[in-house]
Amino acid sequence: MKPNDSKFLLNRLSTTVADLPRSGIRDFFEVVSQMKDVISLGVGEPDFSSPWHVRESAIYSLEQGQTGYTSNLGTPQLRGRISGYVEKFFGISYQPEREILVTVGVSEALDLAIRALCNPGDEVIYHEPCYVSYRPLIQLAHAVPVILETDASDGFKVTAAKLRPLITDKTKVLMLNFPTNPTGGGLTAEEVKEIADLAVEKDLIVITDEIYAELTYDREHLSVAAMPGMKERTIFLHGFSKALAMTGWRIGYACAPHALIEAMMKIHQYTMLCAPIMSQQAAYEALRNPEEDIAVMKESYWRRRNFLHGAFTGMGLNCGLPEGAFYMFPEIKSLGVTAKDFALGLLESEKVAAVPGTAFGACGEGHLRCCYATSMEQLEVAMQRMQRYVDHLRE
Amino acid sequence: MNHLLALLKENARISLEDAARQLQMTPEEVAAGMEALEKEGVIRAYQAVVNEDKLAADTVTAVIEVKVQPEREGGFDRIASRLARYPEVTSMYLMSGQYDLMLFVEGDDLRTVASFVSEKLSSISGVTGTATHFRLKTYKHHGVLMDFTHETERLQVSP
Repeated sequence: MKPNDSKFLLNRLSTTVADLPRSGIRDFFEVVSQMKDVISLGVGEPDFSSPWHVRESAIYSLEQGQTGYTSNLGTPQLRGRISGYVEKFFGISYQPEREILVTVGVSEALDLAIRALCNPGDEVIYHEPCYVSYRPLIQLAHAVPVILETDASDGFKVTAAKLRPLITDKTKVLMLNFPTNPTGGGLTAEEVKEIADLAVEKDLIVITDEIYAELTYDREHLSVAAMPGMKERTIFLHGFSKALAMTGWRIGYACAPHALIEAMMKIHQYTMLCAPIMSQQAAYEALRNPEEDIAVMKESYWRRRNFLHGAFTGMGLNCGLPEGAFYMFPEIKSLGVTAKDFALGLLESEKVAAVPGTAFGACGEGHLRCCYATSMEQLEVAMQRMQRYVDHLRE
Repeated sequence: MNHLLALLKENARISLEDAARQLQMTPEEVAAGMEALEKEGVIRAYQAVVNEDKLAADTVTAVIEVKVQPEREGGFDRIASRLARYPEVTSMYLMSGQYDLMLFVEGDDLRTVASFVSEKLSSISGVTGTATHFRLKTYKHHGVLMDFTHETERLQVSP
């Protein structure tokens, strides 16, 4: 045995993990972190700190000595508030005692949901470009990832027409995330209904990641879980990170029929035990009266979305107006460079960081993800620099 | 609150063009919107928020609680309008509770404020009592934190 030989250790790794590619985000992060004075449009989180009353309540809970474990499911108080909130905002009613599980971010909930559902060989359909963890989580569960490619021409939507041909007798799960990271794509009520009808017809389980739901700008958000026949076949995932600016607290939750929550809870209790109690207390406070906090931040994102959209369109880049989240996904194909080369060139020559679309799936080629959760002043400078870079490429 | 007003309350110096870009409007529409808000009396003024503690001059700010005898005709309004016209009074509110009017008074030094209270304020008929509190330090003014703001660091790239 030669424990210092890294080859020796690599040979001992699980092949599933060894074959898993590194996140493209991580590669890019390493390049960016070597440089100084970069304006970053590469973040995936709000530029607001959590509302003060939320932070204050966490401090208070620490002062009270609340530092122990909680119920595996999460504190009953928090589950109660989550139930009330989901009913009010999404119009779906879940029992706090049996149908809600508090997790360490939606990231954990996604992992639990996929692992609870999938046997090796089961097919899981998900849409790309998408959040970086979807495909690896499916692979870690030894299930088969099936990509539904979305594109700019239809606003990065999943439609029943695109979905139907991908469904086989092995398809077990459909994963949805609207509004979408990284594209900002959203669905109309009619589109949601068609997907729901197809899920019922084909007897699919749907995992819906609703983390950006509140940040839907031009219409009311509608969750697929609220459609007729869907609640009983949907795992509804949501959390506090985006609309309430609470990324670092790591609190998410899953709402689903009892049998599914019970299965997810089994994994959760053995791997995570429970979400941190101080974060749960903060989340409980955040749901006391969340509408007001959300409205202020949403207004600010809405303004920045409008600004950035105007700036990209002004540069002659094809860029749809995103319906939600805080990302813009402009197309740079016309400039004759790959997304990666564009992003690296922009970083080197103008010190602006934006993530190549390929980090979110191969069909993200030709796009950049630009997050507008950055101050207006920084966005203005970033757009001037990007304009200069685009002009340079066109010369 | 309308989008334009919310933006102006955060930054009244924004250019018409920049406001237009953020609000899905034309600069002309922004100008017209501002004019309408001014005409309706919704927007009364545009001012700088100043950290007085940074200024060399030792101006004095006092909060004065004033008890008044309301009048049969007009209640508090007539006497309030007489008090509000003094240039030393920078803000003034009718309050519920132990006293009736709360005045914010600014003066060049302690004596100016003291003489405002003893000579001008107390001599107005209807004023039955005052209590004066002096400002020692400003932590927050018009929603703006004065000193303890600091940048929190975010990762430069995250999923």
